[in-house]
Amino acid sequence: MTVGLEHFLILSAILFSIGLYGALAKRNAVVILMSIEIMLNAVNIAMVAFSRYGHLITGQVFAIFIMVVAAAEAAVGLAIIIAIYRSRETVDVEKFDLMKW
Amino acid sequence: MEIAFWILAVISVASALAVVFLRNIFRAALFLVLCFFTIAGIYVVLHADFLAAAQVLIYVGAIAVLIIFAIMLTRETPRGSPSGRFRLIAFLVGATFLVAMILVVTGTDWQVITEAPTEPTTSPLAQALFSREEGFVLPFEIAAALLLAAVIGAIALVREK
Repeated sequence: MTVGLEHFLILSAILFSIGLYGALAKRNAVVILMSIEIMLNAVNIAMVAFSRYGHLITGQVFAIFIMVVAAAEAAVGLAIIIAIYRSRETVDVEKFDLMKW
Repeated sequence: MEIAFWILAVISVASALAVVFLRNIFRAALFLVLCFFTIAGIYVVLHADFLAAAQVLIYVGAIAVLIIFAIMLTRETPRGSPSGRFRLIAFLVGATFLVAMILVVTGTDWQVITEAPTEPTTSPLAQALFSREEGFVLPFEIAAALLLAAVIGAIALVREK
């Protein structure tokens, strides 16, 4: 069986589901951010696969924009985690209740 | 190409599972780096050479270092990365999504173009980004502003008061 578009899309779906599980189930905020990075990478794989098999370069342009947003998100997210760690001495998301009412 | 795809796919899925299931956060971060590397290899299999280089530079070079710095600054390593109360619900959500996606992907009749891929992709990418008629010049400028805002925001957040 030759490798085609479906294989890349299923690989992308598997990685996205793993990232989704990690982002929902984990308690350490840094691990949640790592899971979100896995999800963004999975979407990028689908974009590039469509760009390759649809013979349209726009998918790769979108992948570049996703990378930019991922970099910005990682920088701000980790800064927020470090700021919360300074005041609360923990990165456990179940103890982050400062925006609860 | 077939063998390369299967090897890379197995390693990337295994390292992603390791990121989610390992107790040691630092090892999880190192497996995340391995996952990023294999995804760069998958871009090479897909003939996206510029994106493969960008993946290694941005993810392996910048984001992975950022994450490892965050792990070291928060000193949570002895506590590990336990799962929360909703792990069963999260597993069900992930499994449902995966089954639905696989059903959709295998059930769709994809119209695939079997032309030879464009290579190298750097110059077509630049033309697609900056062409005057249907380019992405405005999103490109917005992305630059977003990066500037993110850098300033990150500095403002972590600055000692």
